[in-house]
Amino acid sequence: MSTLALLLTLIFVLIPLILSKTLQLGLEKDTLIATVRSIIQLLAVGYVLQFIFDSGNILYIFLMVALMIGAAVQNARKKGASIRGITWKLVLTFIVIEVLTQGILLGLQITPPTAQYIIPLSGMVIGNSMVLGILFLNRFTSEVASRREETELILSLGGTPKQAIQRSLLASIKASTIPTIESQKTIGLVQLPGMMSGQIIAGADPLQAVMFQLLILFLLLTTAIVTSIMLGFLSYPTKFNERMQVID
Amino acid sequence: MKQQAAITLQDVVYETEKNKIIHGITGMFTKGKITAIIGPSGAGKTTLFRLCNGLLSPSDGNILIDGEDILTFDPVNLRRRVGIVLQQATMLEGSVRDNVALSLQLAGKELKQDEAERIIQEVGLEAEILDRKSRDLSGGQKQKVSIARTLLNEPEILLLDEITSSLDRVSKQDIENLMRRINSEYGTTIIWITHNLEQAKSVADEVWVMMNGTIAEAGPIDILDHPENDAVKHFVMEEEK
Repeated sequence: MSTLALLLTLIFVLIPLILSKTLQLGLEKDTLIATVRSIIQLLAVGYVLQFIFDSGNILYIFLMVALMIGAAVQNARKKGASIRGITWKLVLTFIVIEVLTQGILLGLQITPPTAQYIIPLSGMVIGNSMVLGILFLNRFTSEVASRREETELILSLGGTPKQAIQRSLLASIKASTIPTIESQKTIGLVQLPGMMSGQIIAGADPLQAVMFQLLILFLLLTTAIVTSIMLGFLSYPTKFNERMQVID
Repeated sequence: MKQQAAITLQDVVYETEKNKIIHGITGMFTKGKITAIIGPSGAGKTTLFRLCNGLLSPSDGNILIDGEDILTFDPVNLRRRVGIVLQQATMLEGSVRDNVALSLQLAGKELKQDEAERIIQEVGLEAEILDRKSRDLSGGQKQKVSIARTLLNEPEILLLDEITSSLDRVSKQDIENLMRRINSEYGTTIIWITHNLEQAKSVADEVWVMMNGTIAEAGPIDILDHPENDAVKHFVMEEEK
């Protein structure tokens, strides 16, 4: 794509700006901020990736993945503010997801051990894990609050904290992973996934693009379920004290 | 003969960040007896129960069972020994059978059909109700199911928090008779929060009148006929109106 063509795409930013102004939606400022941020962030990432690919130094790959994890933790931790030690629980979850998925991909030689593969795939896995983490923490916090009486009933009858919170935990894990599973059922019918579309536009063989997209989809299934389960089992003990009482 | 204590409270205080709810209670619940706890709303009665069952821990003071501080007990064992039936009769999703079986299921045991029928009939319900959805039950039926599931733990001390407030007259009498029988047959100590003075006088051997987080007066149930404390006198008069 030429620079002129890229500049012309700003028409797609102008349309919402004009509509927002005309209908007094008040979205102009946020739209402008989002546009400027995405230009700066993506260009910066583009240059950084170029540098890493050219250098071939494995240390830069680690650094890049660590940065991704750091940003994902920073974003997701606000949703779990009521859970003690949420930062380290998120860090651990994202590291486990990354090690698990890259371990399988590289260990079984599904993808080559190069920055061109490791970094984009890690980005997708960690990004998705972050969204899942936010969905889970949101749901878990509200489930725990709404099922407080149920939790105390089970404790009062001699149940353990795990038994007492099991229903809230399972409901939250299920609710946070359903969107991933559901969206995969209609994929290709309603919309072509972004990565696949990008590859096809860039001139790749559509079947190759589909195969890579399938790899991503399967990766994201694991990411979804492992993120929710790990965060769930790491988080629930913080809702109780050592006397097996609910902490407010 | 010296009476044995089922639960002893030694200067028990409970306070949250905002409020002091229990202001240094000292006293004992006699083993094998039925004690009624009466008092106005907000007197700290339910909090006292939650302290005895281990759902809360005292901010200060000690609660002893058989001479041992309950803080030294494993919370799971404590809660099976000191059963509580809460006023709100919370039901889990699922059938009545699932709800009745809950206490056994938590202990890794199974509820057999004949045992399920026995306990459900004991609290005054028909065995057929076991297969109904718990959400379809009336308030009174829910209360009876919650009594049944607590009884399955065979607690040595039973805390009943306003359990008959949503029941009709006949059901109330059924539950009162059931509690008298459990008390006399198994020697279970029963501590019963009630707003109904008539009920307290009819079932209880002893009474605690709680006001503002303290014991205003305590003793044999007939102290309600001639209370010494002016506030208690006033409360009893109001309740009997």
